[in-house]
Amino acid sequence: MSNPFIKIEGLSYRYDEDSSGMGKHPVLNDLSMEIEEGSFVAVLGHNGSGKSTLAKLLNMILTPTSGKIFVDGKEITDEAMTDEDVLSLRKNMGMVFQNPDNQLVATIVEDDVAFGPENLGIPSDEIRARVNSVLSDVGMLEYATHEPHRLSGGQKQRIAIAGVLAMLPKCIVFDESTAMLDPIGRKEVMDAILRLNREKGITVIMITHYMEEAALADRILVLHDGNVLLDGTPSEVFEQEPLLKSCGLNVPQCTSLIHQLRDAGMSLDGDCVSIEQCAELILQTLNKER
Amino acid sequence: MKSIAFGQFYPANSPLHKLDPRIKVILTVLYIVCSFLCKNLLSFALLALSAILLILCGRVPIRIVLRGLRPVLIILAFTALLNIFWTKGEQLLFAWKFIEIYAEGLYAAVFMMVRIATLIIGTGMLLTYTTTPIALTDALEDLLSPLKKLKVPVHEFAMMMTIALRFIPLLSEETEKIMTAQKARGADFSSGGLIQRAKALIPILIPLFVSAFNRAGDLATAMECRCYHGGEGRTRMHVRHVRLVDFIPLLLVLLLGASLIFLNVLGIGFSMK
Repeated sequence: MSNPFIKIEGLSYRYDEDSSGMGKHPVLNDLSMEIEEGSFVAVLGHNGSGKSTLAKLLNMILTPTSGKIFVDGKEITDEAMTDEDVLSLRKNMGMVFQNPDNQLVATIVEDDVAFGPENLGIPSDEIRARVNSVLSDVGMLEYATHEPHRLSGGQKQRIAIAGVLAMLPKCIVFDESTAMLDPIGRKEVMDAILRLNREKGITVIMITHYMEEAALADRILVLHDGNVLLDGTPSEVFEQEPLLKSCGLNVPQCTSLIHQLRDAGMSLDGDCVSIEQCAELILQTLNKER
Repeated sequence: MKSIAFGQFYPANSPLHKLDPRIKVILTVLYIVCSFLCKNLLSFALLALSAILLILCGRVPIRIVLRGLRPVLIILAFTALLNIFWTKGEQLLFAWKFIEIYAEGLYAAVFMMVRIATLIIGTGMLLTYTTTPIALTDALEDLLSPLKKLKVPVHEFAMMMTIALRFIPLLSEETEKIMTAQKARGADFSSGGLIQRAKALIPILIPLFVSAFNRAGDLATAMECRCYHGGEGRTRMHVRHVRLVDFIPLLLVLLLGASLIFLNVLGIGFSMK
């Protein structure tokens, strides 16, 4: 793990001046960070903190104003990048977006999943095998011949994930992929994401607004004004409740509860990022006090 | 959700459904040519018989096929009337004042109706009822691919068709949503004159266009992220190999054409000029 999968050095990005005066403030400002292979990183930040821009810079949909990005040991901001290099980068850096409807191309589920590998020129037998295997990975194999517009949001988003998986990426970036889903759909997609990370070892970068989802990650990066404000494990980051609140973010309800109980004089020791942990912690403390 | 019929595809498990779509496109063209070869009673009878055979092969219920004919009923009736009253011949059947009806006119009317009906049934059975729009798009891309040498963007057109088919249900759903939203704010789409109604559509069209452009932008990014770079070096999951069996229908249609010409030459019964 000495070589990080993604390494960013002094990255800055500003949009062109003409787009509604946004150009004066850079969206990303001298940002540096590293992401290990196989890790699960959540990226938090309020609107306009540069989260989505960062995602699009990682697979060269956008090119940075200045700074360097290395992916898998290769500098992707190098001017000598050929078209083939860009394709192989995008193959390795899958991306799933917010609106599932706007990223499905074909009218049949399996044709859509095949779209990525077809673009890469994979032989047809192998595409067939890949499509079946990734559809079962996301639990959608029985819907292979359905029309996407008849599926639920969570199902469509899992198809979108399957479509990216079919390219056999090393890393997948989820750009608020659960934001438009109902609670059930959100859970389906989160379960799928966690499985990919834990079982297939795919590096996951998840941009999100939901603190409960971020709490499931190995590491949280909080972006603010185009730079990293906080970086650490979920419990480390959520300890900084006042700082998070000052930049328009919240902490999970259970963490907030523990903080309030502590302020009220209860002696609670330990980390708490999930409801189960929270219940356990309170129970232990109550037993001790008795 | 309201279901939107894509064309008229009727899912079934029939020999016509299984036939290679490229062959079906060629068959359709040949079948249209055949229907224009007919000249006399026998050849038209054979043509009508072939249309019935096609319906049986495609296993599409007869009422669905007849429903497909409904939009052309007026045209059928109109051509029949024109032929009955305006065809001059030798065998006068009926005359009253300026109206003269000849036997030739009656024959011509029936022939034209059979021809139009078989055209509709033939193209319907060979293409729209038995082929999914996506298979049709792929078939057209394959058949037109020689045009790529002339720099005709065949792949791009096929891609546009595919995406259009994908987005039709989305946009129609969205139209309904916007209409409901505008109605909730007191918009009235169903009263007033033509101009007033057209004006009432503007508050629907503008948000619809804005959202369609946003979707297009999102989709373009998503396609780029999935390594789309045009048709070059692209493979397909569904590779269709033309089997020897697929040539049998081609032979049958050629045989049909040959028999039609033969029956024309035989010249039994009334013959059109």
